[in-house]
Amino acid sequence: MRNPTFQVTRRQAIRGLLATGAFGLTVKLSGCSTSPTAAGGSDTLTAGFVYVGPKDDYGYNQAHAEGRASLDAIEGVKTSEEASVPETNAVQETMRSMIDIDGATAIFATSFGYFDPHVLALAKDFPEVQFFHCGGMYQEGVHPENVGSYFGYIDEAQYVAGVVAAHASNSKRLGFIAAKPIPQVLRNVNSFTLGARSIDPSITTQVIFTGDWADPVREAEAANSMADQGIDVLTCHVDSPKVVIETAERRGIFATGYHANQAELAPQGYLTGAEWDWSNVYKNYVSLMQEGKTLMNGGIPHLVRGGFKDGFLKLSPFGPAVSASAQQAAEAAQAQLVSGELVIYKGEIKDNKGKTVIAGGKELGQTAVELEQMNWLAEGVMGSVG
Amino acid sequence: MSDRWRSLLEKICIPIGALVAALVLFGLFCALAGANPFGVYYSIYRAAFGSWSSFQNTLIQASPLMLSALCTALPARLGLVIIGNEGALVLGGLAAVAGGLTLGGWGLPTPGVQLGMALAGMLAGGIWIAIVGALRHYRAVNETISSLLMNYIAIALLNHMVNGPMKDPSSLNKPSTYPIPEMHMLGNLPGSRVHYGLVLGLVACGLAYFLIQRTTFGFAARTAGGNIRAARVAGLPVGKLTLAICFLGGACAGLAGMVEVAAVHGRANESLNANYGYGGVLVAFIARHNPIAASLVALLLGGILASGGILQRSHGLPDATVMVFQGLVFLSVLYSDSLYGRLPIFKARPARPASPPMATATPV
Repeated sequence: MRNPTFQVTRRQAIRGLLATGAFGLTVKLSGCSTSPTAAGGSDTLTAGFVYVGPKDDYGYNQAHAEGRASLDAIEGVKTSEEASVPETNAVQETMRSMIDIDGATAIFATSFGYFDPHVLALAKDFPEVQFFHCGGMYQEGVHPENVGSYFGYIDEAQYVAGVVAAHASNSKRLGFIAAKPIPQVLRNVNSFTLGARSIDPSITTQVIFTGDWADPVREAEAANSMADQGIDVLTCHVDSPKVVIETAERRGIFATGYHANQAELAPQGYLTGAEWDWSNVYKNYVSLMQEGKTLMNGGIPHLVRGGFKDGFLKLSPFGPAVSASAQQAAEAAQAQLVSGELVIYKGEIKDNKGKTVIAGGKELGQTAVELEQMNWLAEGVMGSVG
Repeated sequence: MSDRWRSLLEKICIPIGALVAALVLFGLFCALAGANPFGVYYSIYRAAFGSWSSFQNTLIQASPLMLSALCTALPARLGLVIIGNEGALVLGGLAAVAGGLTLGGWGLPTPGVQLGMALAGMLAGGIWIAIVGALRHYRAVNETISSLLMNYIAIALLNHMVNGPMKDPSSLNKPSTYPIPEMHMLGNLPGSRVHYGLVLGLVACGLAYFLIQRTTFGFAARTAGGNIRAARVAGLPVGKLTLAICFLGGACAGLAGMVEVAAVHGRANESLNANYGYGGVLVAFIARHNPIAASLVALLLGGILASGGILQRSHGLPDATVMVFQGLVFLSVLYSDSLYGRLPIFKARPARPASPPMATATPV
């Protein structure tokens, strides 16, 4: 009996053959075009960088990517980088692949949420690879030997930005668009406000929490509503300040930046910005590693933190709207922060409900544990944490 | 017989053709972006399926997608387009943590805690999507819109719980719930770094297929999906069917959330919201809502996701490239939907002239 399906299966077979043939051809053709990516000799240091968002976000990730790019000029260092890696086990796979395929012996995991459980899991699997995590979460005795943390006290730069903002503001009302009411963010809001109020104690800062690290729609809404209220200097702590800075420029008000330099987004109204100086930090790490020092042999400290003095921060170049007196005041504040004369959290400081949070005469230096647990907004900040 | 084969072949060839078309378009995109398309194809293959190690990456990426895809695929058999996967997944994860912490606190042994977590996750996700089904059935609210909006509510709920009532006070800068004790976590499959979520995904896809194709319940659901009035006339309990199948779909997504919590994160926080839900919608549509096909498509999409890194690192392509690829695949598959029954090669031929009356009676 003739099977009518036979025709079809033959066709299927031919298609299958054609498909596999074409596939084989592609593999052959492309085999020569891919360059081997294996690690170089033992004197080459390969470092892998992982970012949680795009490299050109004018913000957090761009700051890290610029830091990475500064390593290109260094002899004997190879880097590999991957952007927009979510904080799921995808990041474990990325780090693993950087180690296995690119031959990375140092990994810089730049997002806060990469640490637990992802970096910790990989550190266990690759005890000979060094993992540096941006966020300062390392705890002696709790976390593996080959894990290190680095972070900057960027609220110092926010303090100086507040000084500049105070000079630029006519309405004496500043706006701060923040992601989440967590200690790190609150510290920036408070330092910015304290900086501004060191110039004029009548200044207030309105704070709006968007609830998300990246929510361009709500950031734009917040910026517009602040402009409508008569606020005339905006700043922010979100992953990408792009929308906030652009909106400020469009509304004809001033802005100070965050994470990276956003001057090109607001040529008129950009005053200055609190920037990370990761190139400096990464170069330091690399030169230590090139000297043969590692986290495991104790040559590299497990916890590296710092402010202006230690080269973790910088200010964006002053914009055209910054007066000479504002520049002087900012430079003076920066110099005092470097020398240690100026302590931002120096009592008496009240929160915005009138309660004294730092008693008179008490000084909390940058390393103070109390500041890591900040859950209050300083006097002069309009908004609430809850 | 011949027609059946032809229709099966149509169902296989059209999606594959769509994938090939997407690959060609993607190749053009890569060429425009300055990369060698053949090199890119080879890299995708190598990074996704090239070795056991890279295939594990694919499996890891695929397993949450399998479960989450069922949240769209199951209700689709009843004619409902539900895209609330993300919300059900997130709430499933949250409920799993709550269940795990409670049961762990009572001192239950690990299997009991894990079972409790799975049930809690499934219940939360199931109820969430059952609400969508109820709104559809009793209030005639469009299920696509309501499920989409419920995603936002679910994510807001997650953020609220994680920042407030369920917050571990020591999680300062990344608010999270208290962690599930290490011993209650789901482990990896022996000899691999793939967690047990993959097994759950495959089993769930198999069970879903059996339920839809081989049981009276599934037959009733398909009938109601084909013609809801006819189903009513035939006396099928359409309301109960809607609620049940929405619950099952949501339960699968909730289980995906439980797996993320119990196998990966160990706690619930904003990282749970990682687009596995929307990835699942994509998988379900490409698989034409067939659960078995969904597990294969999840592998394919997992492979695409797994290759995202190599595109950046070896070819210098931007990080959005993998999204472009995913978008092209989705678009061309959706477009190919309009080709069913249009290509002459797959058209049913009239039966041999020997028996003319049969020709009109041939089922298509």
